[in-house]
Amino acid sequence: MNSAQIEIQLIASLVAIACAIPGTFLVLRKMAMISDAISHSILPGIVIGFFITQDLNSPLLILLAAFTGIITVVLVEYIQKTGLVKEDTAIGLVFPALFSIGVILIAKNANDVHLDVDAVLLGELAFAPFDRLFIGGTDVGPKSLWIIGSILAITIGLLLAFFKELKLSTFDKGLAASLGFSPAIIHYGLMSVASVTTVGAFDAVGAILVVALMIAPAATAYLLTTDLKKMLWLAVSFGVLSAISGYWFAHWLDASIAGSITTMLGFIFLIVFLFAPSKGIIAVMYREKQQRIEVSLLTFLLHLKNHTEERERHVNHLQEHINWQKVRAKTVLDLALKNNMIVLNKNIVSLTEKGDTFTSKAIDYIITNEDAQIEDMKADFFLFRG
Amino acid sequence: MKNKTEENINDSEPNKETPAYSGVLAVKVDDLTVAYNYKPVLWDIDLEIPEGVLMAIVGPNGAGKSTLIKSILSILKPIAGSVTIYGKPYDKQRKLVAYVPQKGSVDWDFPTTALDVVMMGTYGSLGWIKRPRQKEKKAALEALEKVGMLAFKSRQISQLSGGQQQRIFLARALVQNASIYFMDEPFQGVDATTEIAIINILKELRKAGKTVIVVHHDLQTVPEYFDWVTFLNVKKIATGPVKDIFNDDNLTKTYGINYKVSIQE
Repeated sequence: MNSAQIEIQLIASLVAIACAIPGTFLVLRKMAMISDAISHSILPGIVIGFFITQDLNSPLLILLAAFTGIITVVLVEYIQKTGLVKEDTAIGLVFPALFSIGVILIAKNANDVHLDVDAVLLGELAFAPFDRLFIGGTDVGPKSLWIIGSILAITIGLLLAFFKELKLSTFDKGLAASLGFSPAIIHYGLMSVASVTTVGAFDAVGAILVVALMIAPAATAYLLTTDLKKMLWLAVSFGVLSAISGYWFAHWLDASIAGSITTMLGFIFLIVFLFAPSKGIIAVMYREKQQRIEVSLLTFLLHLKNHTEERERHVNHLQEHINWQKVRAKTVLDLALKNNMIVLNKNIVSLTEKGDTFTSKAIDYIITNEDAQIEDMKADFFLFRG
Repeated sequence: MKNKTEENINDSEPNKETPAYSGVLAVKVDDLTVAYNYKPVLWDIDLEIPEGVLMAIVGPNGAGKSTLIKSILSILKPIAGSVTIYGKPYDKQRKLVAYVPQKGSVDWDFPTTALDVVMMGTYGSLGWIKRPRQKEKKAALEALEKVGMLAFKSRQISQLSGGQQQRIFLARALVQNASIYFMDEPFQGVDATTEIAIINILKELRKAGKTVIVVHHDLQTVPEYFDWVTFLNVKKIATGPVKDIFNDDNLTKTYGINYKVSIQE
């Protein structure tokens, strides 16, 4: 690895971390689309800032762009508050308008400078190491690295200081307000961080990847944990993992770095979406199958409890009485035997003491509408699950 | 239906005792008007809530019950009127007040545990930036124990039943150790056991001299649970001791139809 490669990976990783932090809160606040809006509508801010300073890395440009980001949020909320259109429609109205102003400004005025629509959409991560920062004549590294590094430092500082407030106002706005933590201040604080981060990441990865870096790692982490702190750590890790693996994927394919990172983000999400231990599609399907069998088991046990006559409890009669197919009847019978809920004597099924207690309790819970308790009870009674 | 029995409920007939009414006003609302988009939802409300009462706010859907609570707590901005808590504006008295929002107002899939939600009740006394420590955790655990949810402290909140979630909300208010408790429909969607558990805790709070104000839907249980009641339907219809004003006349005025609720003696 040469130093430019290391620098690119470092920049991509810092961008990923800086995006994952506000992204986690945006996902939890169901505001993922707002980051899309911000990432596009900061364009006129960037263009105007660029005309004034002639420098893509000027702090003024970052401030102007962040300001446009806030304007986007305010406009969306204003339009939504009129009650004439819904929030998603308001977002769809505001950001294309602002974005198109930016596109026209670029096309009209910036034809001969280093700012074009492609770069804006996809970023120029590969060129980032060429634009260097000199302090007193010494080369201290790429400018993008310093910019995103500073933004990340501020983001982490704010997160550490206001973690409690962010968590509270994200979970329960009403309580936050009544306790004196103004949800509006926290909301606009978060929006400012998201805007500034977007601007800082913009130059490196472009408008589309910024959205992916904010939303995908957080959405992936959400499927894996039930703890906010862990969710933040996971989101950050997935972001960095995608950034680095994406870089090497691009290197191998000789393709766009931004595109490859986004592909990796999508790939990691897909894997987790399928295989996450409790929220993943496969786990959910498995659990549903298990529950179907266990409900059948309960039905079977209730039948045994209701019928003392031997005719009703004969193995062969079960099929026609409960109206199950052979395979299902056998699965349920086996499960009941394995859990010592029943005994078989000359093909006559009877409840054991354990099976009887289990069934009585289950009936109680069903009658009193506390079905949820049955799940807890299964843990106590079952040696084997369905 | 609910199959509670009298012996399940501590001192089940509050309307026969003298309320702990000391003459001090816990909450005073003057000329409060609140509007959404120019349509008043609360109109010129004057309300005095004495210290130490367990009060129900009743009224039909859209009567402004939740709005009244939210306006008292400065969550909503009224277009006219003022609110004082023990004689001072709410901003100065936050620490005296605890609030239980409607259960449906939050996302229960939020990645957090029961204990963590209860800890949120301590944030108000901590103020900005300061983090909760051992002391706050201990208080939260005690509150969980009080509502019978200690065993569920590490449970993710989406894994709790509706009744358990409501108890968590109640514990979060208890941990604030306030003087006045506002609760928005704490009995909505809870099972009978939880309802009894909650009302017993509310009665304990009143015994300890706290003021408890509850938005309530089930008119049948008003005389059994509460000693004070406010009838609300955009305007205030009546407020006072249940035994004096909980009658068919006020119910009809509030609900607009000929209402008959016989009060069991």
